[in-house]
Amino acid sequence: MSSTDTSTDTSTDTSTDMGIDIEQTIQGLAEQIAAHNPANPILIGIHTGGVWIAQRLQRILGYSEPLGSLDISFYRDDFSRVGLHPEVKSSELPVAIEDRNIILIDDVLYTGRTIRAAMNEIFSYGRPNQVKLGVLIERSGREIPIQADFVGCAMDQLDESRQVKLTNENGKLELNVIKIGANKTAASKTGAPG
Amino acid sequence: MIPSDSSIQFDENGNLKHFLTINGLPRETLINILDSAESFITFGKREIKKVPLLRGKTLVNLFFEPSTRTLTTFEIAGKRLSADVINLSASRMSTSKGETILDTVRTLEAMHTDLFVVRDTASGAAHLIASHLPDHVRVINAGDGRHAHPTQAMLDMFTIRQSKQEFSNLTVAIIGDVLHSRVARSQIHALNILGVKAVRVIGPKTLIPTEIESMGVTTTSDMVDGLDDVDVVIMLRIQRERMDGQLIPSEQEYFNRYGLTEDKLKFAKEDAIVMHPGPINRGLEIASNVADGSRSVILNQVTNGIAVRMAIMAKIMGARESTMNEKQS
Repeated sequence: MSSTDTSTDTSTDTSTDMGIDIEQTIQGLAEQIAAHNPANPILIGIHTGGVWIAQRLQRILGYSEPLGSLDISFYRDDFSRVGLHPEVKSSELPVAIEDRNIILIDDVLYTGRTIRAAMNEIFSYGRPNQVKLGVLIERSGREIPIQADFVGCAMDQLDESRQVKLTNENGKLELNVIKIGANKTAASKTGAPG
Repeated sequence: MIPSDSSIQFDENGNLKHFLTINGLPRETLINILDSAESFITFGKREIKKVPLLRGKTLVNLFFEPSTRTLTTFEIAGKRLSADVINLSASRMSTSKGETILDTVRTLEAMHTDLFVVRDTASGAAHLIASHLPDHVRVINAGDGRHAHPTQAMLDMFTIRQSKQEFSNLTVAIIGDVLHSRVARSQIHALNILGVKAVRVIGPKTLIPTEIESMGVTTTSDMVDGLDDVDVVIMLRIQRERMDGQLIPSEQEYFNRYGLTEDKLKFAKEDAIVMHPGPINRGLEIASNVADGSRSVILNQVTNGIAVRMAIMAKIMGARESTMNEKQS
């Protein structure tokens, strides 16, 4: 989801705090990754929310390799429908990924389309040995066969009219579930591949 | 036909659908293109220099006039966006057998071309083509007569921003054959829209069109005056092929008065950059040691041309389906 999800017009909608302790959820995610214990891994966050999570995981896990970040705008499958995101950020993979173990991080796993785009981008840099996926929130609504290896928190009860949104106010992460207007539901799901 | 109306560039929702002239574009559109070019610039350094944005789309480069860098960078830009790219030059086209340009374009459109990049000797050619194509086909102007060369102007703006960051404090000098230069006209529009402090046009009176001051620039025939305190020096090519009368005295005399040399460059700011859209006439409008010198960004302009053209193609080709399929959904 990341960048586009936050651009959906939600001016008239209500927002609910989910009461999830984000830092503790990230800690749990870090423990799962540590238990998996990959050899010399590289953490890569997906802009924007995934990068925030990956930065915290990097701090907890103390990996030596620098953090990578991906902006998947150029690989999205809805370019011909919605165009290029106006604020594309540069993807940065500071080390060669050839034959390396990658842990891809995003904030919310929803349709799976963001992850597909991210994997296409990763493979345009080289052939990693392994790619694992870690997400803060896993919700139902997959449109392609993609699943997470490490999950901070599962939210199966959300229907299509709800959008999960991660915000970062001066370093404090906040998670909200927003109700989007009924007539916008279909469009927003397309616009936000999750 | 010299088109003055740029509204044909926009769809009914105000989105940019063709890229024909800088004139009339909002500042935010220019900034948006420069910003997305910034992210395309990193692709040249990747193992696989392609992104799938235009996969399955057909791009025809339709060049009725010779070109090396514009044609090549459009071809590379299209291929890096994964489009299928076809280059057609004047000698290979049926127009040399008498077919009109519109018939040529309609023929190629019947082969399901999605995007035309057009260069022609006639001012307004790209506008003419854009106004005769179906709604979903896009057109980019790659230079039409003396009128406009908007993608060149955008890559020049990108190159300026790379060195100078902000536009608002800049004084820019455009020097030489402004009379024949579509590049200069597009640059002046872009510099004005981006809000530079001042644009000066320098050259012999025979090569400075009288109406140019109405574009909000000052003119002078004196290089010393003109270069004083300048941040960006843009040299223009003497377009001998377009000169039918005696517009310059002799090449040697032109070089002595207006050719950019190390000595003349001293009148500009110490950190002034030197630009030229190419191809350059060494020893006519610019001395070799200046063209190859440390302040020259001429080759950066070429490199930047790829990313900027990718950004422009992505800008006009994105969200195209929504206009194509609106009635169905």
